[in-house]
Parts: sequence; C-alpha cells; structure tokens
Amino acid sequence: MLAIEGLSCRYNKITAVKGVSLEVKEGELVTLIGANGAGKTTTLRALSGLVRDLDGRIVFEGEDITGAPPRDIIARGIAHCPEGRRVFPYMTVEENLEMGAYLRQTGNGINSDMERVYEQFPVLKERRKQAAGTLSGGEQQMLAIGRALMSRPKLILFDEPSLGLAPNIVQKTFGIISEICRQGTTVLMVEQNAYGALGMCHRSYLLESGEVVLTGTGSDMLDNPHVREAYLGG
Amino acid sequence: MNRALGLGFLAFLVSIPFWIGDQYLLHILINAGIFVIGAMSLNLLLGYTGQLSLGHVAFFGIGAYTSALLSLGFDVTTFWGGELVVGPQPVWLSFLAGIVLAGLAGWFIGRISFKVRGAYFVIITISFAEVTKLVALNWVDLTEGPMALISIPPFSVSIPGIWEATFYGKTPNYYIMLAIGVVSYIVIKRLVNSRLGRAMVALRENEPLAMSVGIDVTRYLVLAAVVSAAIAGAAGGLYTHYVRIVDPDVFLFIYTVTMVIMVITGGKGTLAGPIVGGIIFGVLPEILREFMGPEAQWVTYGAVMIAIVMFLPEGIVPALTRFWERRKESRDASDRMITGRAASSATETPSE
Repeated sequence: MLAIEGLSCRYNKITAVKGVSLEVKEGELVTLIGANGAGKTTTLRALSGLVRDLDGRIVFEGEDITGAPPRDIIARGIAHCPEGRRVFPYMTVEENLEMGAYLRQTGNGINSDMERVYEQFPVLKERRKQAAGTLSGGEQQMLAIGRALMSRPKLILFDEPSLGLAPNIVQKTFGIISEICRQGTTVLMVEQNAYGALGMCHRSYLLESGEVVLTGTGSDMLDNPHVREAYLGG
Repeated sequence: MNRALGLGFLAFLVSIPFWIGDQYLLHILINAGIFVIGAMSLNLLLGYTGQLSLGHVAFFGIGAYTSALLSLGFDVTTFWGGELVVGPQPVWLSFLAGIVLAGLAGWFIGRISFKVRGAYFVIITISFAEVTKLVALNWVDLTEGPMALISIPPFSVSIPGIWEATFYGKTPNYYIMLAIGVVSYIVIKRLVNSRLGRAMVALRENEPLAMSVGIDVTRYLVLAAVVSAAIAGAAGGLYTHYVRIVDPDVFLFIYTVTMVIMVITGGKGTLAGPIVGGIIFGVLPEILREFMGPEAQWVTYGAVMIAIVMFLPEGIVPALTRFWERRKESRDASDRMITGRAASSATETPSE
C-alpha cells in the first residue's frame, strides 16, 4: 500500500533522515520506534507533505506522491494525527471533527461519519458543544483520532499518540488504535514507548540517527537483544 | 436574539439624521463610521487569521488616492517616457477602482509575506505603508505631494440626461457611509461563517495542525488579505469623496494604531467587536471635549484604553457575551431549584 524508498530529509544543513526505506501493507499496523531525534517524526511529516526538502520516493497505492502538497495527500486517503497539541482549542468538539472532513467538498455522509465517531467515543458526544481546549488530555487524544477518521482515510499516521498521557490512558489509546486497524484502516504509528508499540503491532522498524537499523515482527523485535538492551531497559 | 439586536441597532443608526440636527455631530459620526469600516477590515486579518497588519492605512490610502485621482483625472509621465492622460471618471467608477487596486495591493502583500508570520509580517506591513506614504509624498507630478489633491468631487448619482444628484451634505454622506459599512459587515460575516472562515480560524489556532488536515494555509491568508485590503480601500474612497481633499497624511501610522485599538478593545475575532470599539474610540474624544481640556482628554482616552485592556483583555464584546450567558445560566439554575427538580449538574469540571 505504502512504500518509502531511500527517503532523506534535511532541515537546513542537518540531515534528519538518511535513506530510510520501509513498507506498509494493506491492513497492517506498523510501528516506527526509536529514541528522540532518530527521525521518526520527520519521516511521518515527509509522508504527509509537511516536509518538502527531501530525496527518495514515496509511493502510495502505486502512485508517486513524493513532494505532493498536504491537501493532495489527505485527499488520497492518508490522514495525519500529529503529536503534541492535537486539537483546535477554541473550536468546539463538533467543529474539530468537521475540520477533519475539511477536504470533502460535499456534506455527504459527514453527519453519519460523525455519529460513528461519537459511537466509538461517547464522551465526545457528551462534550460536543464544549471548547476542545477544556477537554482532558485523553479526551483530546480521542478527539484527534476521531478527527483523523473523519477524512475517511485508508491509512492513518499516528505521531507519538502516548505523549503526555497518563499510563492507563496510553493503554486505552493503544487499544483504540488496534481496533481502528482491525476495522480495516491501515496504521503507521511512530512511538517512543517501544514496549507498548511492539506489543500491539504486526511489524516494526527501529530507527537510529535517521537510519533503519532493524526490522521485524513485533515479537521478534521484543526478543532482540539490542532492542531489549537499548529500549526496554535490559 | 442576536439578529434582533443587530437589526435594532441598524434601525437606530438609520434614524440618527432624523433627530440629530447638529451637522458637526453628524460629521463626527461619519468619521467614526469610516474608522469602523477600517477596523472591521483589519479585524478580518488580526482577529480571524491572527496576523497583525500594522500597515493597514496603506490600503486605506491606496483606495483614497486611486479614487481621488481617477475622479479628478490626471496626466503623468510614465517610466518608459510616454505620457499617460486620464480624463475625469465618474465617482462610482473611481471608487470601485480604488477598491480593486487596494485589493491587488493586499494580494501582493499576502503573497510576499506568505512565508513570514508574527513579527516579520508586522515589519513587512509597516514598511509597505511607509513606502506608499513616501510615494504619495514625493511623486508630486501625480499626487501633488504635500500640496494635496483638492476639489475632489463628492459622491453623486445620475440618470444620464434626466436627473442628477450630487451629495455635498452630511446626511447623504452619512447614509453612504452606513451603506458601505453594512455591505462590508455582510461580506465579512458571510466569509467568516463559511468554510473559508473556519479554515482561517483553524490556521490562527494551530497552523501545523491546520496544514495536517489539508488546509492550504497560503491561499487562505492571501484571500483574507485581499478582502481585508479591499474593504480598507472602500473606507479610503469613502473618506476621499466625503472630505474632498486627500494628502499624504492619510498614511499616518496613528490611524493604523487607532484601528488596532478599536479592534482589540472591542474584541478581536468577533463580528461586533470592531463596531463597538470603533464607536467608543471614534466618539469618545468628542464627548470628552465637552467637559475637559485637550490635555485631560488624551489622558482620559489612554486611561480608558488601559482599563479595558487590563480588565477585559479579550475585549468588550466577548466579556459582555460571557456575562450574558452566565446570567442566563444562573437564572436557569435558580428556576430549576424553584420547581424542585433535581438540578443535574451539567457543569462537571473537566479533568486536567
């Protein structure tokens, strides 16, 4: 479904990603793990068209999307759930969800999609007229995931979904992401929490200093001595 | 409720010339109205896209000069040697041309500053206003420089050969101002309540996130700049044909600052904010003049401004809205208490 070949990205003179190649097949849940500054987020940003200074090729469903602007990429069915401040704080929950469907010109099915999101996250329905900035961290994360679903993506990119969340909420978020994948949406997730990420994914790539150093199934990676040593605390 | 309030206010504004006979007061109101239109256009950029344009008078001045020059006619030696002679054009055509040219200037500023935000956008807009001012001051062949363009024709309507009316008086000019103000308000309202307006607010709140949901940030910033500049240009044209003299002082920085004050105190990012702020700061100096000396006037003006910014940092309109909602809520709550129904607490405090 998605193939990255020899991707390199630069910020001014610093190369953040050096020749990364990876592949995501339809229906898979693939994770990208690694330490801070390994180039995980940059890879995702390049995928969704937010980083422009890049070499290599990005192919989605057989078509080259390298260097395409973000709106084209979203229109093709790749949604990006960015890290950090994930919602429009002064818009209501409902408006945030509508923003997710922004590129859909017609109103067709927006309401039914929104109902589906509310079904999945009942707390959002309760708070739908509330400013998104007043939600708790976990609720904001659910809203961000709901918003990504509103564009009816084929592939969702998650950037550090566990960042800044309480441990029990992290578990819940991972559960939701697994569920989204089971329901048929392909997922590529960047995560620092290697243990959680490896436990839930089909396959994973380990990035170090901008390069893929290891790849394999989640359980293989969990058993790998290097991964255990460096990322799982021995 | 809001609509009724708006229409009531409009009816009040329409009625003013019927019971205010004082021409001087009417003049103050027209001036304040011109500023309100300028402030409304600034609010589109500052309030909705979050970009502070500190050169907003440039668009106002471009509208004013374009409309004045076309209605007077001009001849000028062009850069490539030839001479360009333009005869006097009808006022309404000149006025429209002023709007278009100001809009083009907005497009230009929007384009060249599409990559810069915050402080850099402010600097570019200030520089642009200074450049336009220097042009107006020094291109004497065209603009008469500091000698000013005089005897500019006022607004007029005519059915060729049959009937003609030229509007010298305060009352017709007041209504022209009101009409342009209402049209500008409707344009801005429709824009910000549309899908485009939602996109502008999204990029104000979180630009990277807005991009990640597929909003073409540059396009919407440029669009906002064009509409904003065109409306400021309309205010400039209105000013020109009302005052009937235009000099490089229309580019003074203080006018931009006045508009910014009106937007901030009234409430940026609200439709009514610039109108409320504009009326307060447009009319306040005149009210103060009644009972204090000029030094005390400006001190009071400053004190009112500081008080508003200190106590109502979001502006007057958002503060009033919140006050109103809270009153309504507490009244609803006490109604529930009285009828004895268990007040289900809908106001759970959100965690975190």
